[in-house]
Amino acid sequence: MQTSKTLKTRRVRLASSALMALTLACTAAACGGGSDSDGSSADGPTTISVATFNEFGYEDLIDEWNASNDDIQIKQVKVGTWDDAKANLYTKLAAGSGLSDIEAIEGDAMPAIMAESDAFVDLSDPDLDGRWLDWKAAAGTNADGQVIGYGTDVGPESICYRADLFKKAGLPTDRAEVATLMGTWDDYFAAGDEFVAAMPDTAWYDSSGGLAQAMLNQVANPFEADDATVDVENPELEAVYADVTDNVKRGLSSRIPQWSDDWTAQFSNDGFATMACPGWMMGIIEGNSEGVDGWDIANVFPGGGGNWGGSFLTVPAQGDHVEAAQEVAAWLTAPEQQAKAFAAVGAFPSQLEAQDSPEVNEAVNAFFNDAPIGEITAERAAAITVQPFKGPKYSDILSAFQAAILRVDDGSQDPGDSWDQFLTDVDALG
Amino acid sequence: MSTHLPARGGDTEQVSSPRPGGATGGSGLLLLPQPKPWRQRASRLDVTLSPYLYIAPFFILFLVIGMFPLGYTAWVSVHDWSLLGGKGEFVGLDNYRKVLDNPYFTKQLVNTISIFVISSIPQILVALALAGLLDTQLRGRTTWRMSILLPFVVSPVAVAIIFGSLYGDRYGLVNEVLGMVGIDPVAWHTNRLASHVAIATMVNWRWTGYNALIFLAAMQAVPRDLYESASIDGASRVRQFTSITVPMIRPTMIFIIITSTIGGLQIFAEPRLFDGTTARNGGSDRQFGTITMLIYDFGWQLRDLGRASATAWLLFLVICVFAVVNFLLIRRLGAQGGER
Repeated sequence: MQTSKTLKTRRVRLASSALMALTLACTAAACGGGSDSDGSSADGPTTISVATFNEFGYEDLIDEWNASNDDIQIKQVKVGTWDDAKANLYTKLAAGSGLSDIEAIEGDAMPAIMAESDAFVDLSDPDLDGRWLDWKAAAGTNADGQVIGYGTDVGPESICYRADLFKKAGLPTDRAEVATLMGTWDDYFAAGDEFVAAMPDTAWYDSSGGLAQAMLNQVANPFEADDATVDVENPELEAVYADVTDNVKRGLSSRIPQWSDDWTAQFSNDGFATMACPGWMMGIIEGNSEGVDGWDIANVFPGGGGNWGGSFLTVPAQGDHVEAAQEVAAWLTAPEQQAKAFAAVGAFPSQLEAQDSPEVNEAVNAFFNDAPIGEITAERAAAITVQPFKGPKYSDILSAFQAAILRVDDGSQDPGDSWDQFLTDVDALG
Repeated sequence: MSTHLPARGGDTEQVSSPRPGGATGGSGLLLLPQPKPWRQRASRLDVTLSPYLYIAPFFILFLVIGMFPLGYTAWVSVHDWSLLGGKGEFVGLDNYRKVLDNPYFTKQLVNTISIFVISSIPQILVALALAGLLDTQLRGRTTWRMSILLPFVVSPVAVAIIFGSLYGDRYGLVNEVLGMVGIDPVAWHTNRLASHVAIATMVNWRWTGYNALIFLAAMQAVPRDLYESASIDGASRVRQFTSITVPMIRPTMIFIIITSTIGGLQIFAEPRLFDGTTARNGGSDRQFGTITMLIYDFGWQLRDLGRASATAWLLFLVICVFAVVNFLLIRRLGAQGGER
């Protein structure tokens, strides 16, 4: 009895310690991936980490740099969406360490970043004057004239559409004809009514929030007056909200939040037929649409031009290799490199020289039915007449606005209640 | 404890004198010179003080990494304090007022408690049952015991991503399976209760095996002869489980209940990653936002550490209330056990 008991306890102990070891080993392995900026060893090359989100099209560029530079090596840290990148950015800015040597910032969040200029390196470099579109360069420069971010791309909006689904619904499929259907937002929604009448299981566009953001890019003062005071009860914003929420009843929206799992899944499930398509979105569409054949792009955006997003590369001052990081950021945002990123993922260059280069102008995208994307995106960029005022709270208010639309989308509130809650949320931003 | 300690080594004469039949030992002791007073005092000090010294490292660590943040959070919570800008003016209880006035606070508190109840109760019951089964003479016991711990070694982030995809409102596997048996798709990310159930499955998938293993360890320590005599008396396996196993592992149960209360009320990663909306605040209308997510929202998304700290303190008070309720319930259970 006694011996069998001790034997047993020993076995139990053995088993539990083995389990413990296994647990520890696995947890350590699972958590081990999180270390960033390991910098350089004494003699080895300096490693510059570049944090990006979505698709920047930098993979080939980084290989190119790494092959021809021995002393500086680039490593990319990719996260899914800007919102995740933003959460990481603010946490580590507050902590004072842990950021990558180069952090990509989404264009709409740049005004908020400007308020924290001290945390970033002034990248001013007279050699680079005149590299970017004027408004892009201005968006990367703070009130004191310091350059906080180098522009990467801009997002001239066009409409991407599924020609195969258009055909099934009896709509024209040729991109020139499709463009004539969508001169104004009313035309675009009317075409949507026609489409969903024929194809009730497929929505007209991918998400209400995404469409609203695309529409806001044509509004001069979406959330804030020119002096940066918050003003969300303006008629133009209310009109966008009314349009988008009315469309939910009309069945035009997929009612799925942009960037969610369902949103990604609906690309391969014929979930929707059209979407607002800034240049950089093309790479995302292609990445999500495995097995789908029929995407095309129309040289049109309802209600005129609009710019959606387009990013910047910044160098946080907390990094150990700010000079090398600045060199890499300048190289990545040089016209030749951004022209290649355009070819890779459709991120339209913000550099004047790149926009004029044959690599961009003559680019054709096989996935989008051999569409001349260079020509189309350039014309869409030329059509942009409004640069919305985006103050430091733009990004936060936009999140609240997207949530308000989503509450109507998912049926948890009617448009009136949801708007009221949006106003409360904006007040709570403090 | 303290009553035993002096008797063990403090008063040597007292211990040695009543020893029966110890003629040689007794006389030997009597022949020894009287210990010097300082030595005696030192040894007394040693006895009374050293236990405290031995446990001091824990308490010093606790003061530094437990009490200091607690106090500092209270200090932050009565100031305007921006995430990047740092300390501002003293505002008294203003932050608390703002948090309590915010309708999301009540809503997210209710969500937290609801997710906690939906996850913890079934989790503990299932873990208990699993441990009971694993405590029997199974073929390949170690394999079974190891395999129930496997979910625990998967990172919660990976769990949340996989479950988030399974529970997709439109294209999720769960809804497709429900559709096959003719049940309408469930709005997992929109319906408040459904989202709580989805998150509770995630939590349970991860923690049930872990708790079962702790229960199992406790069950292994139950003397086997109790079961032998019970089976001689003709008690069934179920009866043995409820009348011997469960009462014998009560201290372990208390431990599990308290740790899962604390963990459950602080749930964060699962609901945050379950959320497909860009803000990740727990659904469009915070259907499944929890209190820790509100702290994160205030502190890191709205970059206001003042309100975040006030919320953290309110959560601390809520956990204290739960701990007291737990304690009272367990004491009552203990009293009932004594009467039995």
